[in-house]
Amino acid sequence: MNRDLYGKLVFELSHTGRRAIKIDSNNCPEATPISASLMRNKPLNLPELDEPSIVRHYHNISTNNFGVDTGFYPLGSCTMKYNPRINEEIAGHPEFSGLHPYQPENTVQGALEMYYTLQCALSEIGGMSEFTLNPFAGAHGELTGLMIIRAYHDSRNDKKRTKVIVPDSAHGTNPASAAVAGLKVVEVKSRPDGTVDVDDLRPLLDDTVAAVMMTNPNTLGIFERNIPEIARLAHEAGALMYYDGANLNPMLGISRPGDMGFDVMHINLHKTFSTPHGGGGPGAGPVGVRKGLEKFLPDPRVIRNDDGSFSLTGCKDSLGAVSATLGNYTVLLRALSYILSLGQNGLMEAGALATLNANYVKECLRSSYMLPIDTVCKHEFVFDGLKDKTSGVTTLDVAKRLLDYGYHAPTIYFPLLFHESLMIEPTETESLDTLNEFIDVMQRIAEEAITDPDTVKSAPHNTPVGRPDDTAAALNPIVTYAQLIGNE
Amino acid sequence: MNQIFYSETHEYARIDGNIAYIGISDFAQHALGNVVYVDMPETDDDITAGEDFGAVESVKAASDLIAPVSGTVIETNEELIDNPRLINEDAMANWIIKVEMSNPSELENLMNESAYKEFCKNESH
Amino acid sequence: MHRYFPHTPHDIKLMLDKCGVKELDDLYADVPPELRLKKPYNLPPEMSEQQVRKFFNTLGADNEQLICFAGAGYYDHYTPAIIPQMIERGEFLTAYTPYQPEISQGTLQYIFEYQSMMANLTGMDVSNASMYDGTTATAEAMLMAIAHARKRNKVLISSTVAPAVRKVCATYAQYHGVELIEIPTTETGISDRTFVETQLANNDVAGVIVATPNFYGILEDYSGWADMCHQHKTLFIIHAIASDLACIKTPGEWGADIAAGDAQSLGMPLNYGGPYLGFLCCTKALIRKLPGRIVGATTDSNGKRVFVLTLQAREQHIRRDKATSNICSNQGLMSLFTAMYLSVTGAEGLREICREGYNGAHYLAKQLVETGRFTLTYPHSEFFNEFCLTAQGINLDELMELCVANGILPGVKIESDKLLVAVTETRSRQEMNRLIELVNTL
Repeated sequence: MNRDLYGKLVFELSHTGRRAIKIDSNNCPEATPISASLMRNKPLNLPELDEPSIVRHYHNISTNNFGVDTGFYPLGSCTMKYNPRINEEIAGHPEFSGLHPYQPENTVQGALEMYYTLQCALSEIGGMSEFTLNPFAGAHGELTGLMIIRAYHDSRNDKKRTKVIVPDSAHGTNPASAAVAGLKVVEVKSRPDGTVDVDDLRPLLDDTVAAVMMTNPNTLGIFERNIPEIARLAHEAGALMYYDGANLNPMLGISRPGDMGFDVMHINLHKTFSTPHGGGGPGAGPVGVRKGLEKFLPDPRVIRNDDGSFSLTGCKDSLGAVSATLGNYTVLLRALSYILSLGQNGLMEAGALATLNANYVKECLRSSYMLPIDTVCKHEFVFDGLKDKTSGVTTLDVAKRLLDYGYHAPTIYFPLLFHESLMIEPTETESLDTLNEFIDVMQRIAEEAITDPDTVKSAPHNTPVGRPDDTAAALNPIVTYAQLIGNE
Repeated sequence: MNQIFYSETHEYARIDGNIAYIGISDFAQHALGNVVYVDMPETDDDITAGEDFGAVESVKAASDLIAPVSGTVIETNEELIDNPRLINEDAMANWIIKVEMSNPSELENLMNESAYKEFCKNESH
Repeated sequence: MHRYFPHTPHDIKLMLDKCGVKELDDLYADVPPELRLKKPYNLPPEMSEQQVRKFFNTLGADNEQLICFAGAGYYDHYTPAIIPQMIERGEFLTAYTPYQPEISQGTLQYIFEYQSMMANLTGMDVSNASMYDGTTATAEAMLMAIAHARKRNKVLISSTVAPAVRKVCATYAQYHGVELIEIPTTETGISDRTFVETQLANNDVAGVIVATPNFYGILEDYSGWADMCHQHKTLFIIHAIASDLACIKTPGEWGADIAAGDAQSLGMPLNYGGPYLGFLCCTKALIRKLPGRIVGATTDSNGKRVFVLTLQAREQHIRRDKATSNICSNQGLMSLFTAMYLSVTGAEGLREICREGYNGAHYLAKQLVETGRFTLTYPHSEFFNEFCLTAQGINLDELMELCVANGILPGVKIESDKLLVAVTETRSRQEMNRLIELVNTL
């Protein structure tokens, strides 16, 4: 195969006069053209290609990519588990994908029932009263959840609550979502074992706090065992508890956020419920609320009527709308397909197996990598770089060297609590053989860091391209083909 | 008089009469790495001591610029728009904004050269 | 063990030994007993693939696929077969955000292609890697205007922008402390320019948001609007229907600072509301305020041209609460969809698609008005492939019922007597004639 070809942009394959589509004529009479002043004059520079060339181009560039289907993808906090193919078939079902979002309700009863069924299943798994499936992604779910919390406080005429308490180990989206929702962020420190310091939290809780936002297990993969105490303190102060569901996976079959004392939560369907990450999206970030908060959920909601039919409805107390209609609907289809495929038994097994895989990898690698927090982890754990750092090989180098051996790198330099964070999340769909092979490679890299550090520091060597010059890209951003060829 | 004062957030104010040339210290540029962008206020904007007036970005980090003194921006260093790396080359010579101070007594809250050197020594530990 | 989990009892035993515990449950010794699930989830047991398929077939049978004259922001265009096939390739489908550029050039490259095409289509300098949908993209454009203006918190949005978009913007505005003011609609169905002029004069407006085509399908004339906004240091933002931009004057040509909207019209299945794709494009001057992922070109250690995520220092994972937006990922696969669609249609194909919709809409509008059951709501404004009708003595609910019974979705009822009708290249003249016949029977 000619790898150089794969780096060509679609524009560079274009030839004037080629085309890949035939448009049927509807044989309607030619209408009077729109006024010239309302017409486009700027040239439309789209590529001109035949159909075979387009297929070959996109097929070829796909081979420069690495996905869960390609190999082990231990990207911490991202839950890169197997994405079953049946879900893809279901999502493409024309009796769902062919529906217009504004069709009359009586023509979309199956679609509404699907939404309602998934909503109920997530409520059961989250220990919540009701879920909205409208938010488009995890970050969007966080924003929606915080708006629900603000709507709740506003409804009680409690206007002083403008702060959200977020642990210093939190995902970056937490403080960013709080800021977009118009709330101020107050960080609470972690103890040396990575969990929230209750003594540090207590004085922060007063009548200006709208919510405490946490993920459990936290970003270090450690279960916050003081969560009942934290929830009690927060509730006593009049604040609500928000659960960032990014790390829900290991709790499947073990414990429900609602039972931990959380009032509002989101779930990343593209993590725990196996909808594909798709190179960054589309995802879905359903938000659940405990009893009493349902009326604040965003419009529209799907309700089941007494006669068994389903309707779309709005509510005067609702926070408003965060989407035009019911969110990334066909992503929801995939998630329900996954839940039904796993069923009660599969869902009960999933969390513990994810946790087993993570602990196994941790125990096998702790002799070569620095384990800053030595305890049982949940779905993921964090190393602080190599144990022996004398050769100057960094976490970035280890990550890049992993690519040479055919693995995706773990999450690096997050959480920010350690200088050389290397965050590994294997998920439950990886076999012991895969884990053992990965462990071997990680150990080999640790050895190479001593015996041949230059090879590690200059990695990767076997990937389609080498390390890019990020500084040049940021100094002089070239973000379109027109800029690239100097034709702006 | 051409005195230099420093803040704990590593901005400096080089004083010339009632004018302060504000930039980031050599220690700060070193910690940040290759500067790729400087987000600056506009001329005539008012800045307040202790509040951010812009940011300096490297490839994978960004640092807010905190005003060491209050006043009105009378000039921004346009050269940094096309060549932000000047800050790495000489942070002290390449100031970011020129400010007409509204309350020069705020300088008393800042560190002088030797105090700042001592402060950095402790920071890097 | 479930079919998706590779663990044999022997594997589990061996792994537990390595972890120094006896049972899986021991790995959860730190979870207080009162928090543990008391009983298994109240959910049905594992289904086979056949059962799953049957479950969704049964649900699907309760839906009705209709011949679609509905639009209101989402249009029934044709999806070329190669697109769903290619985006299902595992290398695209099962990858995450391209954090490791050395093994993500596929994703990075199609995003770069997407950005290039979208910037050109909207007439803007640059584009980000995409947003969730058109409503949230427009809300983000509003937040960009607020961040850009620093000390202003007022934004004007035309009431001719689709209600769904306005509603989402209003939600973001309410919680972010933005004062969102609606620009009234004139009797010809366009934005009231005098109102905007008066508002701008206070020099406290961060941005003005209008639409092309607007919610009623009308092409408003924005000559002079950009200058009017810029005189007051206000950003001019245009919400657009992506596919129409092949033929109609682009946000860039109107002098807009930001273009936002939905790319669903670029052949994306209606999907009962999503996934679609929000586009967000802007002038070069605003690129550091543009939220979301952006891919840029650079070179690798061997001097070869490669693509990377760039300008990351603006983003939430670094700026945390100082970021302009909380957006984390983009709409990923849907940007691949868009790049492929625009490669398939090319400029000529996209113009032909627009032409079919335009001719069809004008034919259908004329015929429907001739039935005497409707008048054009805004007869003095030019429309593109969608138009608003006012019912004359007929009940729209009855019409809707009759049409649905005949397998046709006649449009979207936007008021008790107003029907919004859209025509795309997928509607045949026979289908239009069938709709006209049905209207005639009322």
